[in-house]
Amino acid sequence: MLKILDTAVPIACWSCSIGHNESTLFCPHCSKIQPPPGGDFFQVFGLKHGFQIDLAALEQEFHRLSRRVHPDRFARAGENERQWSLADTALLNDAYRTLKEPLNRTEYLLKLEGAEIGEEHSGKDRKDPSRVPDDLLEEVFDLNMQLEEMRMGRKIGEDDPSLAASLQEAKTKFDGLLGAVDLDLRAQWQVWDAGDSTARMAAQSKMVALIDRRRYLSNLVRDVTETLGVQ
Amino acid sequence: MAEGRVVGIDLGTTNSLVAYMQGDAPVVIPGADGLNLVPSVVALDPVTADGGRPTVTVGNTARKALIESPERAIYSVKRLMGRGLEEIQGELKLFPFRLAEDVEAGEVPRIQLGELKFTPPEISAYILRQLKRNAERFFGAPVTQAVITVPAYFNDAQRQATKDAGRMAGLEVLRLVNEPTAAALAYGLDRAKEGTIAVYDFGGGTFDISILKLRDGIFEVQSTNGDTHLGGDDIDNLLLTIALDEIYSENGVDLHGHAGAVQAVRKAAIEAKIRLSTESAAYFDIELPNGDRYQREISRAGFELLIEPVLERTAGPCKRALLDAGVMPEGIDEVVLVGGSTRIPAVRQLVDDLFRLKARGKSPHTELNPDEVVALGAAVQADILAGASKSTEELLLLDVTPLSLGIEALGGTVARIIQRNSTIPASATEHFTTGVEGQTNVAIHVVQGERELAADCRSLARFDLRGIPPMSAGLPRIEVKFLIDADGILKVTAREQRSGQAAKIEVKPTYGLTDEQVESMILDSFDHAEEDFAARLLIEARNEAETILSLVASAPQKPAWQQLTGEELAAIAAARDHLAAVKLGEDSAAIREATLALDRATRRYAELMMDAAVSTAMRGKTMDAAGEDLGEAITAPHPMASAEFK
Repeated sequence: MLKILDTAVPIACWSCSIGHNESTLFCPHCSKIQPPPGGDFFQVFGLKHGFQIDLAALEQEFHRLSRRVHPDRFARAGENERQWSLADTALLNDAYRTLKEPLNRTEYLLKLEGAEIGEEHSGKDRKDPSRVPDDLLEEVFDLNMQLEEMRMGRKIGEDDPSLAASLQEAKTKFDGLLGAVDLDLRAQWQVWDAGDSTARMAAQSKMVALIDRRRYLSNLVRDVTETLGVQ
Repeated sequence: MAEGRVVGIDLGTTNSLVAYMQGDAPVVIPGADGLNLVPSVVALDPVTADGGRPTVTVGNTARKALIESPERAIYSVKRLMGRGLEEIQGELKLFPFRLAEDVEAGEVPRIQLGELKFTPPEISAYILRQLKRNAERFFGAPVTQAVITVPAYFNDAQRQATKDAGRMAGLEVLRLVNEPTAAALAYGLDRAKEGTIAVYDFGGGTFDISILKLRDGIFEVQSTNGDTHLGGDDIDNLLLTIALDEIYSENGVDLHGHAGAVQAVRKAAIEAKIRLSTESAAYFDIELPNGDRYQREISRAGFELLIEPVLERTAGPCKRALLDAGVMPEGIDEVVLVGGSTRIPAVRQLVDDLFRLKARGKSPHTELNPDEVVALGAAVQADILAGASKSTEELLLLDVTPLSLGIEALGGTVARIIQRNSTIPASATEHFTTGVEGQTNVAIHVVQGERELAADCRSLARFDLRGIPPMSAGLPRIEVKFLIDADGILKVTAREQRSGQAAKIEVKPTYGLTDEQVESMILDSFDHAEEDFAARLLIEARNEAETILSLVASAPQKPAWQQLTGEELAAIAAARDHLAAVKLGEDSAAIREATLALDRATRRYAELMMDAAVSTAMRGKTMDAAGEDLGEAITAPHPMASAEFK
């Protein structure tokens, strides 16, 4: 077991040599740009961990920091400052991109809080049958049959309007389920943001399950949309 | 600190321009011929008698070579930038690019120009050097830093090739800016606009669509899409193909293989295309090598039917860009049109339909010259980077990467690590380990594109991570950081975390030149005129003086000369003697001034010459051909003033 040390050693500013232990892109004393800080995306914006974010304020802060840190401002600066500007701006952009989008933000914060969330790259586990949510087993089975039938029909140039209508119906239903998941997620955000550590643990595990369900549903909707879309 | 100016360069498929910020407004810098546009044509002069290395000409002078000695000239080289041999096969069928015979798969293709071979970045470097010289001539001071524009949809290799070209031309490329974004900057400068705008950029060889959000001087690109091989060239090729087919079937003349004649037909096709933007019909009238004429009328309606499939190809990218930005067509507040092809009425109609403009009482922005707007925007960005002026200090451009970046994973699938339309600079960190006991290197294949399989994406580079300490399989933890910089170019660093060793990365770009190759292609290495900037300015000034002096010397034989008054003749003689004296000195500015003075003194003579040329030209010649003759007759004695006669 590693010992946790939470007393950070102050970092000396490269320019004015005054120590600062804030996770900051700029020296609080001389305002010079600093090498990328080690903190997380929330710290970049000076935010506490939380699932609910004021998006307008986030955008404003993103613009304010961009103006100061962007490589455009350092085109003729020294090599070090140019490199830090590049790295800091990449961090700022990565942070903004992650935090402004609700799902990315949720997954990111869950991971920061130690929750186990599976990685998903380019849908390689899209077809993993073990991930079918229990309550949807039957419907998903039917849907996959219909999708297969639709694709086979397309291949030989057949178009079955009733099949398409039934797929459209399924899509509407799954879209609705997605909406419901999003509402549930938002409810858990509130619980986590307001709650104590016990409430947070409970909310976290609910969110992990919801995210899993959401991924599954959105992959299904994408499959149906793609199949219906090829006219 | 007095640092040199930063210029903005639009390195276009058809034309290139250089611009700078003059006070609060960007302006284009004209060339010695007085023209803003430098045709992106490079030609090799005939071999010199002493067997020296032939000189390279660029722009309007090179354009003549396209018809006269096509094997020594090249145009539209931008289509070849950053592309591999197997990728350019389609281009080779449509364009008279002659590949060097010894080009092998896997290396950067080289183009045969006369007896020499050049890579596409070298050809582009000649164009850039010409623009650099035009700017230096204009400022009377060296120019070493530039912003260069690229199509937004250019991939990593195409961007790198453009940067390489800059370096070969002796320019430090401070930034590559996406063309549609540059156009938005040029438009957004004078008005504090807020809102969402779409830039539809349909140029000579590339198509881009970008959607931007403007707020408080920040230009934040939301999404971009496009096609780097779709442009006015494709329209020209359609007309050209029809003409060549008809010349074969109706006149019985097969022009395939007659590069010069094909170029003459292409020129006629381009002229017809341009005329059809304002007129309801255009005529082809071309003299064939056997003396026959090919004559044909093409109507606007027929033309529009012909080009519809080309124009339709711009619709898909527009729809995808809207989708990625999460905006409906009605959510677009303004549309900006960029690129010469947007002069075509059918293109404007398509844009109107796509963004439902007329229905909403709007019309697209065309106030700035579509040929110049990108260069003007590049000048604005150059000014931002120079950090020198009040007018741009509040502006900031936040651009995106057009294509997703991924790593080839097991089974040839792509693990996407940076999504398209991510604001750049952007980064991603991935962890890798070994699969075999004692393995000391890992190979990583980086690809760019949106397809699921690596084989369907664009291969960017293969990285070999070497020097991993031998450990049990799966124990090393190699952290690889991918960073897309503000130019949209990928940089990679790696570290083995358990040993703390920085793993060595060997980058093998799939397409592109190595650092050493670029170094060896720097134009200065065989261009002695670059040695001394002041010496070069002096030589240029003396050459210009020489040209006008020799024309004045031969003038008394011309009828126009007899019409001048004694007063005018005396003024010309005084200016001539002054220039002849100053020319012997070393002061290039004084020589240039004296040249201009003689130019002014002979202005009425030039006008009389032009009148005479026009009346000669009108006898049995088309207006166009007369224009060409005029161009030669008039620009020659007046190197500074030709623009007035355009």
